[in-house]
Amino acid sequence: MSRIVAVDGNEAVARVAHLLSEVVAIYPITPASAMGELADDWSCQGRKNLWGLVPKVVEMQSEAGAIGAVHGSLQAGSLTTTFTASQGLLLMIPTLYKIAGELTSFTLHVAARTVATHALSIFGDHSDVMACRQTGFAMLAAGSVQEAQDFAAVAHAASLESRVPFLHFFDGFRTSHEINTIDELPAEALEALIDDDAIVAHRQRALDPDAPFIRGTAQNPDAFFQAREACNPFYEACPGIVQQCFARFAELTGRRYELFQYHGHPEAERIIVLMGSGAKTAAETARKLAARGDKVGVVEVRLYRPFHAAAFLAALPATTRSIAVLDRTKEPGAGGEPLYLDCFAAIGEAAMQAGRSMPRIIGGRYGLSSKEFSPAMVARIFAELDRPQPKTRFTIGIKDDVTHLSLDVEEELHILGREVNQGIFFGLGSDGTVGANKNSIKIIADVAQLKAQAYFVYDSKKSGAVTTSHLRFGKDAVQAPYLIEAADFIGCHQYMFVDKVDVLERARPGGIFLLNAPYGPEEVFATLPVEMQRRIIDLGLEFYCIDAYKVADEAGMGNRINTVMQTAFFAISNVIETDRAIEAIKDAIRKTYGKKGHEIIKRNVAAVDSAVAHLHRVVVPAAPIGERQRPPVVPAEAPEFIQRVTATIMAGKGDLLPVSAFPADGTFPSSSARWERRNIARSIPAWNPDICIQCNKCALMCPHAAIRAGLLEPELAASAPGGFKTTEFRSRDLPDKRYVIQVAPEDCTGCTLCVEVCPARDKANPRVKALGMVDKDPILDQERANWDFFTAMPTTRREDVVLDHKGTQFLQPLFECSGACAGCGETPYVKLLSQLYGDRLVVANATGCSSIYGGNLPTTPWSTDAKGRGPAWSNSLFENNAEFGLGFRLSWDTRQREARALVEELREDIGLELAGSILTAPTGDDAAIEALRGLVERLEERLRSFAGRKRHDRLAILASSLVPRSVWLVGGDGWAYDIGFGGLDHVIASGENVNILVLDTEVYSNTGGQASKATPMAAAAKFAAAGKAMAKKDLGMVAMSYGGVYVAQIAIGAKDSHAVKAIREAESYPGPSLVIAYSHCIAHGYDLAQGAEQQKAAVKSYQWPLYRYDPRRGALGEPPLVLDSGPPSLDPQKYMAAETRFRVAEKIDPARYRMLVDHARDQARRKYELYRQLAGVAVEPSPESHA
Amino acid sequence: MKVDLSTSWMGIPLPHPIVPGASPMSLDLDAARRLEDAGAPLLIMHSLFEEQVVGEELATRVAYDLHAESYAEATSYLPDPDLFSLGPDEYLEQLGKLKRALNIPIIASLNGVTQGGWLDYAMLLEQAGADGIELNVYDVVMNPDRDGRSVEREVIELVQALTIRTDVPIAVKLSPFYSSLPWFARQLAQAGAAGLVLFNRFFEPEIDPENLELQRHLAPSSHGELALRLRWTGILRDRVPCGLAITGGVRNGRDLVKSIMAGADTVQVVSVLLGQGPDRITSMLMEMAEWMEEQEYPSLRVMRGCMSIERCPKPAAYSRANYVKMITGWDAGLFRS
Repeated sequence: MSRIVAVDGNEAVARVAHLLSEVVAIYPITPASAMGELADDWSCQGRKNLWGLVPKVVEMQSEAGAIGAVHGSLQAGSLTTTFTASQGLLLMIPTLYKIAGELTSFTLHVAARTVATHALSIFGDHSDVMACRQTGFAMLAAGSVQEAQDFAAVAHAASLESRVPFLHFFDGFRTSHEINTIDELPAEALEALIDDDAIVAHRQRALDPDAPFIRGTAQNPDAFFQAREACNPFYEACPGIVQQCFARFAELTGRRYELFQYHGHPEAERIIVLMGSGAKTAAETARKLAARGDKVGVVEVRLYRPFHAAAFLAALPATTRSIAVLDRTKEPGAGGEPLYLDCFAAIGEAAMQAGRSMPRIIGGRYGLSSKEFSPAMVARIFAELDRPQPKTRFTIGIKDDVTHLSLDVEEELHILGREVNQGIFFGLGSDGTVGANKNSIKIIADVAQLKAQAYFVYDSKKSGAVTTSHLRFGKDAVQAPYLIEAADFIGCHQYMFVDKVDVLERARPGGIFLLNAPYGPEEVFATLPVEMQRRIIDLGLEFYCIDAYKVADEAGMGNRINTVMQTAFFAISNVIETDRAIEAIKDAIRKTYGKKGHEIIKRNVAAVDSAVAHLHRVVVPAAPIGERQRPPVVPAEAPEFIQRVTATIMAGKGDLLPVSAFPADGTFPSSSARWERRNIARSIPAWNPDICIQCNKCALMCPHAAIRAGLLEPELAASAPGGFKTTEFRSRDLPDKRYVIQVAPEDCTGCTLCVEVCPARDKANPRVKALGMVDKDPILDQERANWDFFTAMPTTRREDVVLDHKGTQFLQPLFECSGACAGCGETPYVKLLSQLYGDRLVVANATGCSSIYGGNLPTTPWSTDAKGRGPAWSNSLFENNAEFGLGFRLSWDTRQREARALVEELREDIGLELAGSILTAPTGDDAAIEALRGLVERLEERLRSFAGRKRHDRLAILASSLVPRSVWLVGGDGWAYDIGFGGLDHVIASGENVNILVLDTEVYSNTGGQASKATPMAAAAKFAAAGKAMAKKDLGMVAMSYGGVYVAQIAIGAKDSHAVKAIREAESYPGPSLVIAYSHCIAHGYDLAQGAEQQKAAVKSYQWPLYRYDPRRGALGEPPLVLDSGPPSLDPQKYMAAETRFRVAEKIDPARYRMLVDHARDQARRKYELYRQLAGVAVEPSPESHA
Repeated sequence: MKVDLSTSWMGIPLPHPIVPGASPMSLDLDAARRLEDAGAPLLIMHSLFEEQVVGEELATRVAYDLHAESYAEATSYLPDPDLFSLGPDEYLEQLGKLKRALNIPIIASLNGVTQGGWLDYAMLLEQAGADGIELNVYDVVMNPDRDGRSVEREVIELVQALTIRTDVPIAVKLSPFYSSLPWFARQLAQAGAAGLVLFNRFFEPEIDPENLELQRHLAPSSHGELALRLRWTGILRDRVPCGLAITGGVRNGRDLVKSIMAGADTVQVVSVLLGQGPDRITSMLMEMAEWMEEQEYPSLRVMRGCMSIERCPKPAAYSRANYVKMITGWDAGLFRS
């Protein structure tokens, strides 16, 4: 029996794949990660496949590794699958050729995602799958959640029967993450669909020593070509097999699919051809237009490879006059995009053979990186096809004012009737809005028996992220894979959005507006900006308010307002009777938290019970009250690019920017995050100079550079705004300076890490520290003025302070206000690098958290100093970062070598003294480097007088490379331990002078906490839910084995002086350096305000020993390894007990956990013994040794 | 003469009155076995704390929910929460192990003060085989707005709530800090308490003067603590209709005798066992039995409560009169020397 379920595309596909597989090899990548995670969860829970076996799920070190394991498993005869997207799919390509070349039954499920080009994008288009169209894989495109499930099954069945491997794909995010009510495919139907004989045949083709053969030979010119052609019959048969599977599927389920499905007017003249979710929008629009008489239609491509030209031609109405073929990909320089070329060839060939003229065919691009594709755009394309001379190549959905390819969409078109109820909800990530909406969808589907659709849009920040939920529901299935354009209901779950987000932009006249506000119904309206008031009045909105934070707080729910707002929504939206809805919400709470304890249920239910009483209808006046307007997105003094481009994106209006607004090569200016005043903290730290001991730990540990230490002259302090606090600087070296700790009130995330690490207490009232959290609003104006004053102060020079854990914090951070998580454990290290080497720092950043908070639009935290210098940063890929960074070094060294040679060559023109000074200039410290900069400036000045002379001009271009560059290769443990390890290993073995900073969170943080080889024993992570059984890889020891690599393991929260010292030693080492930095993370599952304390516990329990291995010491006859933390002094169990990642493992299997902890304890002891012995090993230096 | 040391606690017949009190000893199966081998007639488990249960629920919720569903690349950061349950799993598991490994009754200990979801764990404890539940009311009242009556009422309601949730007998471990202990004790008995345990001992904060921090500190009980318990056992023995146990300050057989004479049905010992080992149960029993033989007490039943306020020769010593006599009898000459 089938049943209706509300699931997203990933879950729908993963369920089928899990049922039909014996082995699953995966690697996490957005937006496909959830499929692998679900498969792993189900196998952990003992869920069986169709044949009663629990599939084996294995996480590999990369997608290349995953597909390698898949290939092997297939060759050994198992039904095998995997899931991936984007770069991951590209890493699989070599093996895809092999799998297809060997005619292996296999289905690969892809949540299609943009391939990184000028920029990375996690969102959806077909650029990844189109890069596989030549591999020999069949390609089956699903356009909806229902189809994603159904085609997953059809792909498995057809591959087994045809022996052609299948790439089943659906649109990343738009389908993979859309929740929709679908008809779940029963296991019996799957059983009936799959041909048992085909499985037997698959097994019989497997490697088996009892019936041996070899496969994977090398062939020569005499044989290869013919052998390659031998597969043709299989590809010729494949479309027919797919059609047969579709037919069998229809008999089993009633859902009919064609290789090419036609929708629209039976005598259509204008046709759009496309595939994926966009085809749903096009088909629905065509039906609507056809119903009013327009002769338009859509051909939806299901089986893209093998491309069955006859079936395609048969799907076109005989009346077809003109065709627009749409591709969701871009191939610069190609004669056309791939689907266009395929269609063109099919039609052209048919016309040629029949001696007929061809219909007009034009090609367009749409929807790159999940760009919206709406009914109005579809109508615009049909209109273009109606023109006498349509654009032969076009884009839709953007404004191209450079090459003028785009079609302007001026008219709105709403094809959904009022029978579909539509609601948009704005929330913050941490308030639970998305989770509540996912719940609401299930309630609406289960209780009201309505069909529902939900899609969620997230901004690019990890802290204080704005979430927008788009919910639709009605009596019939909702086929509308685009954002809501006219909402019946708008829920604004955060009052602060009224000044930041145009939440009513998509409200329809007469709709309902619900606002969570700290104001009562009488006063709230007047507090809104006038633009918003006017829109409420003009649209005639029903306006309700609720103080959800008050309700949640009273119920003991803290900031979690989700159930309060959910109750309020049901109370005023009339989707279901309020009482039934409330009961359903409570049931959902019990279901969600049933295994998580009674207290949570009790508090949630209490919040639900009191929500309705706090919900108020607001009487909307006839005219706006007051004149307060929405504040500008960025201040008026922001640079032009920030005003014109960045601010537009920040305001959520990036879709309106034309092509000309963007740099063509992905290059963006630094120093943009400072203009993004996010104001996400409700309370911020306040400084008490009388208590402060001037240790600067607060500034050192702040993940966002939002609290800073500064020094200023007394005269300047005297000119500070009233309320700007300073105190005497306690220093013998700089006795007359004033000391200040200043908070950036609008950038602070309120994580409280600074308060926790503050060691200074009031002697009379020790509860009071030098830093304490206070409500922000009352002091915001004052602190804003103070911050502006602080940032305008002259910055402290490196030469003037001791570059230790304290002195570095007087230096300007050139990494500030990132969108990293509140309390992030990575960013303090990155910020420290920027303080130590910012004006000559070059960063190669592996894809991951650090590349996202470092380089995700709209802004970057990488910044510049007063001279305009600052870190140069770039991200290539996840897997190649070490090699990428090595390339920086090679280039800089080459440029420097040439520059020095030119200085030598041109020394007489330059001046012998200047040339000599440059060539012999020391670079050992900042003062020397600053002096060298002066010499280079003189050189550049001198060279200007020789302008026009080739060798001199060449030196002028290269002169700046005479100043040393500090090259850092930065990335997480997923990169360093797993996917990039081969490259990292090679780079450290190269002997080149690169510095590697591994931000080790012991888990794949950015994709949601999957285990890496850095995950410690006994910690639970995705793919290691019951606790990792293998010890963490000792990456430092691997590097030490080369003998010539500087290696340090640091934990800034445990021993900040050591962290700073190690980073400085690493940078000074004239060869490869590896610094492994403990980085607490939200995936560890505790309040990150305690991050420094946990770091101390990690060190004490020897889960994270601190050390430095400096080959220079070996050359002096000293042991290169120095242990910087003592022997184990804390039971690892005590360290582990404070983190949910360990507690989860304990809860899942207590006995196993205890065994793992015992192992971890034993390992700590062994590791200490080993390190201790190594730290005692000194070898007499040989005469030729040198430091 | 062979003396009869049998008694009962919470309706459970026991061969003698020395019971290992709630302590870490129940965490270690070997230690628990040694206690049984040494003759412990019943074992009271370490406490399952309300704060521990509720705190873990809340911490886990925050760990899972705070960052979930807020970022496109990851809608969660920890393994599927459906893979595990929260609650007193470890405690129940240990209870199950103790039940399987030992033949003596096991009393579970719940430690908390508010009407919360944690009380439902009483049912789980019963299902896991607990023969009784000791409710440890460890309540340091610090709020000047809370009056004494409300403090007492909340404890009484806790007992009522527990009796609704479970059929196993319930004992209440109290502190001495109630304004009218006899009235309160009677209310608890009427609410369903099968026994009262006098008294629990608070963790006393220790001050770290250099780091300006409070440190938790629990010293082993001392002999001097027994007097307070003897007094209140003597007062309550014949005035409150439920069993009484003394815990705190019992070091030897003579202390046992005093405790029984004051009216205790059982005596809980922890510090002496931790310090001197489980075999101290046997030696203390022998000390008591020898004394009883010498004094010709044939059974514990005869001795129990013989020095209660209702039966002792000069009951004024239990009361204010005792204080008057002590003060007026003070001899200033004590300072001379």
